[in-house]
Amino acid sequence: MNIIVVGLSHKTATVEIREKVAFSPNQIEKPLGELIRLEGIIEGVIVSTCNRVEIYATTRDIAGGIARLKRFMADYHHLACDTLEPHLYSYHAEAAIRHVFRVASSLDSMVVGEPQILGQIKTSYGYAAEFKSSGIILNRFLHKAFSVAKRVRTETKIASSAVSVAFAAVELAKKILGDLSDKTVLLIGAGEMCELAAKHFLNSGAKGVMVTNRTFERAERLAEDFGGEAIQFEALFEHLHRADIVLSSTGAPHCIIGPKDAEDAIKKRRSKPIFFIDIAVPRDIDPKVDKIENAYLFTVDHLQEIVQANLAQRGLEAEKAEEIIDQEIGQFHKWLSTLEVTPTIVALRTRFDEIRRAELDKTIAGWKELPPDAEKRLEALTLAMMNKLLHAPTYVLKQAGQGGRVDLYVDALRQLFELEALQRDDEELELEE
Amino acid sequence: MTHFFFIFTVALYGCATAAYLVCLLRTSPLLTQWAGRLLATGFAAHLLSTIHLAVKMKYVPLTNMQESLSFFSLAIVGGFIFFERKYKVTSLGSFIIPVALMMLVASSTLHMEARLLPPILQSKWFLFHALLAFASYACFTIAAGVAVVYLIQRYFLKTKHLGALFQKLPSLETMDDISYRCLTFGFPLLTVAIISGSVWSEQAMGSYWIWDRKQTWSLIIWLIYAVLLHGRITIGWRGKRAAILSIIGFIVVLFTFIGMKHSIIW
Repeated sequence: MNIIVVGLSHKTATVEIREKVAFSPNQIEKPLGELIRLEGIIEGVIVSTCNRVEIYATTRDIAGGIARLKRFMADYHHLACDTLEPHLYSYHAEAAIRHVFRVASSLDSMVVGEPQILGQIKTSYGYAAEFKSSGIILNRFLHKAFSVAKRVRTETKIASSAVSVAFAAVELAKKILGDLSDKTVLLIGAGEMCELAAKHFLNSGAKGVMVTNRTFERAERLAEDFGGEAIQFEALFEHLHRADIVLSSTGAPHCIIGPKDAEDAIKKRRSKPIFFIDIAVPRDIDPKVDKIENAYLFTVDHLQEIVQANLAQRGLEAEKAEEIIDQEIGQFHKWLSTLEVTPTIVALRTRFDEIRRAELDKTIAGWKELPPDAEKRLEALTLAMMNKLLHAPTYVLKQAGQGGRVDLYVDALRQLFELEALQRDDEELELEE
Repeated sequence: MTHFFFIFTVALYGCATAAYLVCLLRTSPLLTQWAGRLLATGFAAHLLSTIHLAVKMKYVPLTNMQESLSFFSLAIVGGFIFFERKYKVTSLGSFIIPVALMMLVASSTLHMEARLLPPILQSKWFLFHALLAFASYACFTIAAGVAVVYLIQRYFLKTKHLGALFQKLPSLETMDDISYRCLTFGFPLLTVAIISGSVWSEQAMGSYWIWDRKQTWSLIIWLIYAVLLHGRITIGWRGKRAAILSIIGFIVVLFTFIGMKHSIIW
């Protein structure tokens, strides 16, 4: 049995192409149904996110299967196969396993280590499981992919650092102020980055937002968006001490917060620290503010530096992740290869024969006056019984031929008769979402 | 038996220290878990060893430098385990646990002969006094350890050197909080320890306050922490200033503990 992957991603196709082949999650039942009705395709899962569209399937005919998946992708979206072809990649066997493990572990993402992709694959798998388009192999395969992703996440630092300026600001705030749930953010001025950072702070649990702007109406509008409080720009210094985090990005030509203002504010709040983030160019906050005790000033350049360092760090961590994936591929591949019919029949026979021999030897050894031809007769008897017992399963297995059922039988047989001690650590892994 | 527990404890603290130090350099959830387990097992062995000694000798083992150092270290580890569980601050272990280990090792190098306890040390007041004093010392030690880490972390933030170590260490706020907690535990303990100590002094020497070196320095320690706590509560002393004062306080504690032999006991 072979796993094949066909798809395209941000690395091979522009967003215009990607959106044309995207599968809507609301109507995923239809393509999933069509997918497994394709000739030679046994199981199938469709993963469709804004950065990638991929089909995972199992087949006995690799070349045919891949060709059919490619055509399916084009046909389903009424596109010409030729236009899509250059953007599509396809993998089979070990390469397919590696690809899916890498995608789930977020090594193939646009921002390496971003956490959403795992959830998206879990959701996609959830649909496939719901509409029964995935079977024993893909079930096991994707569970394995989830456990690999989990391992990568816990054993490497691939996702532990912020790779956007706004997130870097939030991470830094946590390092200074600890828990953000009782902290207030003060927004001075408006700007995309500033608003984005404020949103991130609120998402990370910050208690509230104060907004001030030279145009009070704008402050009011923004405050309404965030469910915060608008403050007159002239009254800024009356409220500065109430803020734990100050985000500034005005278009002012000179500094609006000087060291004296910061010192006064901190004195008023009995030395509780303030985290100043200056996103404006030219600067809004005097660099001398950083010299004030319990004031911590970071500019956009500092944050940028953190992001760069984190990205470099992720690159290093990605190498560790690849090693983990290498290990796991071997394990999974081994399991997959046990799902072949002939070796299973051989293993089953061997197991039966072992038991037969052992019991036969025991009986003969304990028999004192053995009649002359008894041994031969017993041998014949037990052999006949064994063959009769094995006849039906062997026949059914061989007849099951192609189709998802044979894998089910093979796997069941291997488990029921303990034909091979398999690694089942991933079995218990539950779908978290 | 006591000796066995003792060696076992030293070994476990040693392993835990190594684990905590490695945790500082590498991220490994498994190692972090093991560091905690090693420490907890070491603490249990330490406690058993102390209890065993107490039962065997029929007194609480706080009567000489060896016993006191061991008890000091026990209290530090106990306190740290409490804060580690509460605040999830494993990385502080790399700074505090080595101190406890050093104290225990120092204690093991001092070999004091078992001796007949002088009657003045058999007083209940002495026992009470010594237990509380060491509990407060342990609080101040943890506060000082946290203060050192606070200053390191503050340095990183001010110089914008936000490397791997910065990521590992706890947030300023958490450390400030722990250090404040330590003070609010330690100071009342010290106060009661000094009072019970003077009651014992009255029993032993016939006077509540004899102005010997130990008593004088204890009073100085009390004043330092009183100033720190007062500054903190009334005018919000935090951060760098509080951290430095907390470290100074600890140095005085250590100086008093090691340098000032008690005129009554020793």
